[in-house]
Amino acid sequence: MILHWVWLMPTIMGASFLAILFVGKRMPRKGSEIGIAAVAACFVIALLAAGSWINRVNDAGHVKVQPVAAAAESAPAESATSTEGAAAGGAAAEGEHAVAPVVNERTWFESAGQEFKVGTLVDGLSVMMFVVVTLISLLVHIYSTDYVGGDRRYTHYFAFLSLFTSSMLMLVMSRNIVQFIVSWEIVGLCSFALIGHWWEEKPNSDAALKAFLTNRVGDVGLMIGMITLFWAAGSFDILRIDQLANNGGIEHLLLLVAACCLTAAVMSKSGQFVLHTWLPDAMAGPTPVSALIHAATMVVAGIFMVARLYPVFFHGLSIADGNVNLLATVGGVTVIGGAGLAFVQRDIKKVLAYSTVSQLGYMVMALGLGAWTAGLFHLFTHAFFKAGLFLGSGSVAHAVHSFDMVEDMGGLKKHMPKTYWTFLICTAALIGLPIFAGFWSKDEILAGGHILGAHNAYEIFMVVGVVGALMTAAYMTRCVYLTFHGEPRGAAADSHHPVHESGPRMIGPLYVLAFFAVVAGFANWPFGPDGFKTRFEHYVQPVGDYFPHLGEVSFVWPLAIVSTLVVVFGVLLAYAYWFRGALHGATERSRLARVGHTVLVNKYYFDHLYSGVIAEGTKGPIARASYWINQNVIDGIINAVAAGARGAASFLYGTIDQEVIDGAVNGSGLSAEETGQLLRRLQNGKVQQYGALLFGGAVILAGVLVFTL
Amino acid sequence: MLLNEFLLLGAALFAIGVYGVLARRNGVMVLMSIELILNAVNINLVAFGAAHGTVAGQIFALFVITVAAAEVGVGLAIVIMLYRNRASIDFDEVDALKG
Amino acid sequence: MVAQHIAFGVIAATVIVGALRVVTTGNVVHAALWLVGVLAGVGASFLLLGAEFVGVTQILVYIGAIIVLFLFGIMLTRAPIGHELRLTSTNWGVALVVALAIAGVLGYTLIDAFGSGKLPGDTRQLTASVGDTLFQSYLVPFEVVSVLLLAALVGAIVLARKD
Repeated sequence: MILHWVWLMPTIMGASFLAILFVGKRMPRKGSEIGIAAVAACFVIALLAAGSWINRVNDAGHVKVQPVAAAAESAPAESATSTEGAAAGGAAAEGEHAVAPVVNERTWFESAGQEFKVGTLVDGLSVMMFVVVTLISLLVHIYSTDYVGGDRRYTHYFAFLSLFTSSMLMLVMSRNIVQFIVSWEIVGLCSFALIGHWWEEKPNSDAALKAFLTNRVGDVGLMIGMITLFWAAGSFDILRIDQLANNGGIEHLLLLVAACCLTAAVMSKSGQFVLHTWLPDAMAGPTPVSALIHAATMVVAGIFMVARLYPVFFHGLSIADGNVNLLATVGGVTVIGGAGLAFVQRDIKKVLAYSTVSQLGYMVMALGLGAWTAGLFHLFTHAFFKAGLFLGSGSVAHAVHSFDMVEDMGGLKKHMPKTYWTFLICTAALIGLPIFAGFWSKDEILAGGHILGAHNAYEIFMVVGVVGALMTAAYMTRCVYLTFHGEPRGAAADSHHPVHESGPRMIGPLYVLAFFAVVAGFANWPFGPDGFKTRFEHYVQPVGDYFPHLGEVSFVWPLAIVSTLVVVFGVLLAYAYWFRGALHGATERSRLARVGHTVLVNKYYFDHLYSGVIAEGTKGPIARASYWINQNVIDGIINAVAAGARGAASFLYGTIDQEVIDGAVNGSGLSAEETGQLLRRLQNGKVQQYGALLFGGAVILAGVLVFTL
Repeated sequence: MLLNEFLLLGAALFAIGVYGVLARRNGVMVLMSIELILNAVNINLVAFGAAHGTVAGQIFALFVITVAAAEVGVGLAIVIMLYRNRASIDFDEVDALKG
Repeated sequence: MVAQHIAFGVIAATVIVGALRVVTTGNVVHAALWLVGVLAGVGASFLLLGAEFVGVTQILVYIGAIIVLFLFGIMLTRAPIGHELRLTSTNWGVALVVALAIAGVLGYTLIDAFGSGKLPGDTRQLTASVGDTLFQSYLVPFEVVSVLLLAALVGAIVLARKD
């Protein structure tokens, strides 16, 4: 069945990448047709896979629960097996039956007794991601044909879009952590390549490098965390790791360590504080890229990782016990921090970037509370409305050739109505107005903060979420006002280049996304009969021995009403400030406001910290100190050793060899000579002396004879 | 008469003769010293012959005298040769075999 | 007996003194003359021992011929007439030591061996018996000695002739 063939999707996209690279330039549409066709095909496969999975979940209701089965290995041929039944572990009550994921595997290579495999792991989470990734990618592909039309590297752009889609798909269907890490890195590479698409301008290549290097810092955590998990579980297999983590087969300390290290990776990839600094700078890339990668898909890779390895986090950070844990704290801080920064941006894309940071904070916070489905649902809805917002901003920028709201926009509502209404709908979804998608997902997160966690420990996060919602409403209203309302400024007012609406290839995707921004929220409609409500949760949240049992998050009416009121209040506040001009000049009047403003404009001085303090410090004193140590200490040691060796050698040579040994040899010769010289004196040629010796000898002999015998 | 008288006389003469052979520079003097030695031997021989009542002592003494005569003749011839070649018979100067 | 002792004493004194003068004198001719004294003394001792023939032969041959030879040799080698200082070799110390050693060893041995053994009273041996023994028992050595004399003669002539 189709679920065994999902590996076709990354393969098709990979083939598209290669095809575009090699033959794209010669195609009539410069390779974009290959990309679009490939993505469309993948979208179809994704929809089919979704359908197939839904059927599977429905069917599982009729399947008896059988004791255990670990995921089976594959035979050398491509035959795949699917596991039936599930172990006791997390099989829930209430008549929910475990649905085992569909797995597929081949051995890639073997080294030192450890087999490295590639394979697919398809469950509700994967299928949800397939749909999101392929749909957004398809819309971005179509949009890009207009937005980057005529660009200097058009073909190259589409090639990387294909590669990105391929690796993102592979990431979400990864069977084991090696495959996961490989696709994580390829996704990072594509991000780098696409951010730096116009690398001739230095700020763009700087931004690309910043993105890559910041992600690298987080990747240290990724590596350590993944390696810890491998050693703890004895396997690279994600299901196995999850099962062991869930059943207590891994020591708690190891889970904690792995969870903390992996949180570092989440911080960098998903733009959480303190490694978020790259995301706003990544807006230097083309807008469709920002929409696809830095709003909807790549940045959620970190969220996906937490979701996929949830038992590690859930048990490692003791989320169920209502512990104010690392994940939730990081998410909470990000929500407020990102939202704060969005207020002082002039660039429309940067507003949306900080908004993305903030929303990602919501997702991470939700996962930190144990509201798994809430976080993933928010990911789902956010993909649609954020991509819609980005593409809308791209449409505006395409018209006025600038991203600066303060300088070049204003009053565009009249000239670009379609863009305006889609943008407004997506904004409404983002700020969480009822009915729209964001309302349902954000409210579920807030409800999670309210309900979950022992002794109301997570209430603080609920408050954080509400404050964040207020801020979101305010800054988005500001953004809408500056862009579409008021008097036209700068380029928008340029009469030589009148502003006109964008073409159908750009508007089309906007319509689709706006549509989803409205209806996507109903996927997890919390009311109604059992077979109807919370469909998202039903199909996506895993049930099995590899997933912990989570608390149920239900719709809380009072919370919903309060949050709506807060949102409306935020809108009104911003409306009053911008539309009506109230409270202007607050920064001149109040010192606190001025200080706050300065801090926000300087992005909390994070960039200053990273490049000024850390980078400069390492380049300067630390590098100099290392150099000094190298030259004097290390080289000194080596030189001393060498000098010592030389000294020893010369001593050996000079004293021992030359004097002692040669001396002995020479000495023996000399002594022989001396003896000879001495004896030579006997031979003085004088006969009488010889005679004396002769007689003397004879006398001595005689004496010996006489006196001893 | 004591036998030992003659024997000791012979021994003393012998020793003196040895001294002369080893310590005299003139070649002729050396030959004279050799004669002293030979005479010492003669005394010994005759004394022993007399002591044992045998005439062999005398006979051998005769032989010794004869040989001594021959030896002196040849020896002097050599010394004369030496004198002819070197114009000196100083044995201290004859050290051509010096090593 | 006493007369023999006295005679021997005189002879011994002559011989020893003469020998000493031979080896110490600085005059070559004097050395030869002292040698005469030694030889005469030796001959006298032969007579004292009763060896008449040898005693006379000694006088005849030694003093009569050999000393003459010596004197001829001295003459032919232009030995300086008169006292000459440089007649004792530089070796004389060693020579003295060796001579004394010889004397010591010999003296000790003789005294130790023969103690005070007396000679028989009459030790005369007739010349006739010497002749008899010589030509009967020791004929071959006698002939050999004469050949030796011939060889010596020829040799001396060959050596000393001027060519």
